Amino acid sequence: MIRLFANANYDFIKWRRWAYSITAVIMLVGAFDLAIRGLNYSIEFTGGTLMQVETKTAIGTGPIRAALDNVGLHGAEIQTFGSDTSYVIRARVTAAAAQNEDTAAVAAAVGRALDASVGAGQYKVERTEVVRPKVGKELQGKAFLAIILSFFVTLIYLAARFEWRFGLAAVLATAHDVLATIAFISLMHIEVSLIVVGAVLTVVGYSLNDTIIIFDRVRENLHKYRRQNLYEILNLSINETLPRSVLTHGTTIATTLALLLLAGEVIRPFAWVMSFGIFTGTFSSIYIAAPILLLIEKRWPGQDARGARALGARAPSAGPAIPAAPKAPAPIPPRVPAR
Amino acid sequence: MGTIRGRLITIGIFVLASIAALVPRNVTKRVMDKATGRMKDTTERQVPIKRGLDLQGGIHLALEVDESKGPVPDCADAIQRAERVVRTRIDEFGTTDPVVQIQGRCRLIVELPGETDPARAKSVIERTAFLEFRITDMQNQFQSSLQQIDGVLRRAGVKPRGAAPSAVSQLFGSDTSKVARDSAADANAPGALSSLLFQGQLPGEFLVPEEQWEVVDSLIQRPDVRQAIPRGIDLRWGAQVEVRSAKTYRPLYAVESRPIITGEELQKATARRDQLTNQSVVDFVLSRRGGRKFGEETARHIQHYMAIILDGRVQGQPPIIKSQISSRGQIELGSKTLQEASDLALVLRAGALPAPLTIVEERSIGPSLGADSIKDGVRAGIVGVALVLLIMIGYYRFSGVLAVGALTFYCLFTLAGLAAFGFTLTLPGLAGFVLSIGIAVDANVLIFERIREELVHGKSLRLAVDDGFKHAMNAIVDSNVSTALTAFILYLVGTGPVKGFAITLIIGIAASMVSAIFVVKTLFLIWLQRRPAMTTLSV
Repeated sequence: MIRLFANANYDFIKWRRWAYSITAVIMLVGAFDLAIRGLNYSIEFTGGTLMQVETKTAIGTGPIRAALDNVGLHGAEIQTFGSDTSYVIRARVTAAAAQNEDTAAVAAAVGRALDASVGAGQYKVERTEVVRPKVGKELQGKAFLAIILSFFVTLIYLAARFEWRFGLAAVLATAHDVLATIAFISLMHIEVSLIVVGAVLTVVGYSLNDTIIIFDRVRENLHKYRRQNLYEILNLSINETLPRSVLTHGTTIATTLALLLLAGEVIRPFAWVMSFGIFTGTFSSIYIAAPILLLIEKRWPGQDARGARALGARAPSAGPAIPAAPKAPAPIPPRVPAR
Repeated sequence: MGTIRGRLITIGIFVLASIAALVPRNVTKRVMDKATGRMKDTTERQVPIKRGLDLQGGIHLALEVDESKGPVPDCADAIQRAERVVRTRIDEFGTTDPVVQIQGRCRLIVELPGETDPARAKSVIERTAFLEFRITDMQNQFQSSLQQIDGVLRRAGVKPRGAAPSAVSQLFGSDTSKVARDSAADANAPGALSSLLFQGQLPGEFLVPEEQWEVVDSLIQRPDVRQAIPRGIDLRWGAQVEVRSAKTYRPLYAVESRPIITGEELQKATARRDQLTNQSVVDFVLSRRGGRKFGEETARHIQHYMAIILDGRVQGQPPIIKSQISSRGQIELGSKTLQEASDLALVLRAGALPAPLTIVEERSIGPSLGADSIKDGVRAGIVGVALVLLIMIGYYRFSGVLAVGALTFYCLFTLAGLAAFGFTLTLPGLAGFVLSIGIAVDANVLIFERIREELVHGKSLRLAVDDGFKHAMNAIVDSNVSTALTAFILYLVGTGPVKGFAITLIIGIAASMVSAIFVVKTLFLIWLQRRPAMTTLSV
């Protein structure tokens, strides 16, 4: 029988400052990138025209760009899409075009340009999306609403399930995941479409469930081991749930990687965000949620978790051995309350 | 034993229901015949899971009232009229399961699966509606010519279909038409056209069995048949089908070629319930010019039937003209519901006040791209499942095999759920399905880890299994609820493909609860019962 991390007894909480620093770096770089480049919104959100064209021969983006310039379509993005006979042309709505909302004409112009350069019959339009800016704005509103709403509903759920200190820690950890994921999206320059927003929301659900599973165990252990302080209980709980974390993330990452590598170009942004989200969700449940709970309990000690009163008050080696981890390799060092 | 049997029966019911939901069935599709350019029905056998436009290819259009040439006061009414018009034209698209629906107040969504030509679809939708009133064929001129038409067809070598005994059959008893006798006398052979037409209730009305209307339509479009139709008479199909003694029929009307009035003259139409007679009534108002013309015409056509034709389709059953009508008239619908009256009023308004539409969103996806997406998605799914399988069996050994067995149930239940509730599978939905496979085993992982812990604590096998399931429950419910909640929100605000993702995720979560908890527990119970002497668990 394979047992990964059975009776593990790592001191996860000790590394919290490291975790904070790593996260801070990711977010700072992300925020910097966001401020300079901004997010790469899909035309669903900005309004505009997208055409995916399949050509018979690999012609490269150069000729297409020249052809588009000829018909007066400047500044369109042209990218290969999966293979070098497949191109995606994106023409976002400029302020001038937004005035007369002439998005449909862009598609026609692209058609003319391709007829002239590639030649009619030498290419096939596989996909067309034409979105008026007005509709894009509405969708932005909806996406924003979805994110706000999911936070709100999650809060209510946590309030019902946990004492507020636990809830707050879980929400902060989840907020961390959302911010980190946005930083990732910005750094990778992933196109933000509605399905990517969907991926972010799924990450919220996933990360939350991960945190909840650890917190469930924390709550259980708090009742079971009356003499341990919170620091030890948190470490114990994370260690006890570690095999589950590793395995579940193994299976989930396996599926997202399969999606990332095999499911095609359209789904790739979604798969990227999911993969990163699952990673950060796991990371935050262990290194962010639990330490934050410790911090909160120290600041506002609660009955339930025995708060900071127990914290550092007793050396763990003086207490009875923790049954779930009978052969603890190294005694947990006594805690010095963090400033 | 009792509980195991009960559990097995429950699982059996689930599985049977799922299989029943997924059995391939015949679907009738309307496709454009490349050779003739007309629509025809074909029947295909397929698994009844609706595929989204992004998987099967097609066109999605969102339309709004065009206000660039002046404000439209009531956009909700304008969109309702437009919806009525587009519905009337739906046959022209020639697609299976077209969707026409109003979204919010002022937006119309049209989805045309399988359609590849956006320009054609747009031209059909954006065309201005045309409304006209025409008197039906009161002299039965068309009926009298049926024999001649049958003759034309016979000479052209068109064989009558089926073994219908003779011409215009007596479907409703009373009216034995003279054509029936005429053509029966003629060579004793059933007519190619007349054998498919049943006499309707009023002059110029015929009923065609729904499954035959394609044939009839192609016959009456033939140039030689058109020649044989009496001058001054046109044939128009009814917009709605009629059900008579459990069979559906499509009405065909012979109407005068000359309209007595067109939609331009119409100014207003409203539905109401008459307080005195308790009838549903549609009031309409014509322009002064139109009123004068209508007055003259109706004076000549008292006791005649007047077909209301929108875009070439007769709307409802033609009402009878009771007296001369000038600029204000009413159409009495007798005992019909107010809903039907409102619908007719909407038709009249649709023809009177053309609502200029503008496309605010257009997505079209080629069929090959959709097919590629399915292929890639399925490939990713298979690899994903294989990896999950490897991890689970490698780590949990025999228990892992049980979990993988449960995963089979999970896939079955999820797909069946999509089929049974008529949800649409989209490309993101497919991704959600693959993703949820990874998440689905989480419940089993939680349970197995718990069982291991209970065993470490020195509990007996049976107790460890029971407690493992019991103690893991809290965490499982919590984690699933949190994922389902966010998926539900996504469903509420999402559009097409994203909605599909949310739905798949929600159904997947429900299915994984059943399979991971109920099915796996049952398998464990059977295993423990078979091996009462077993002291270690392969978990």
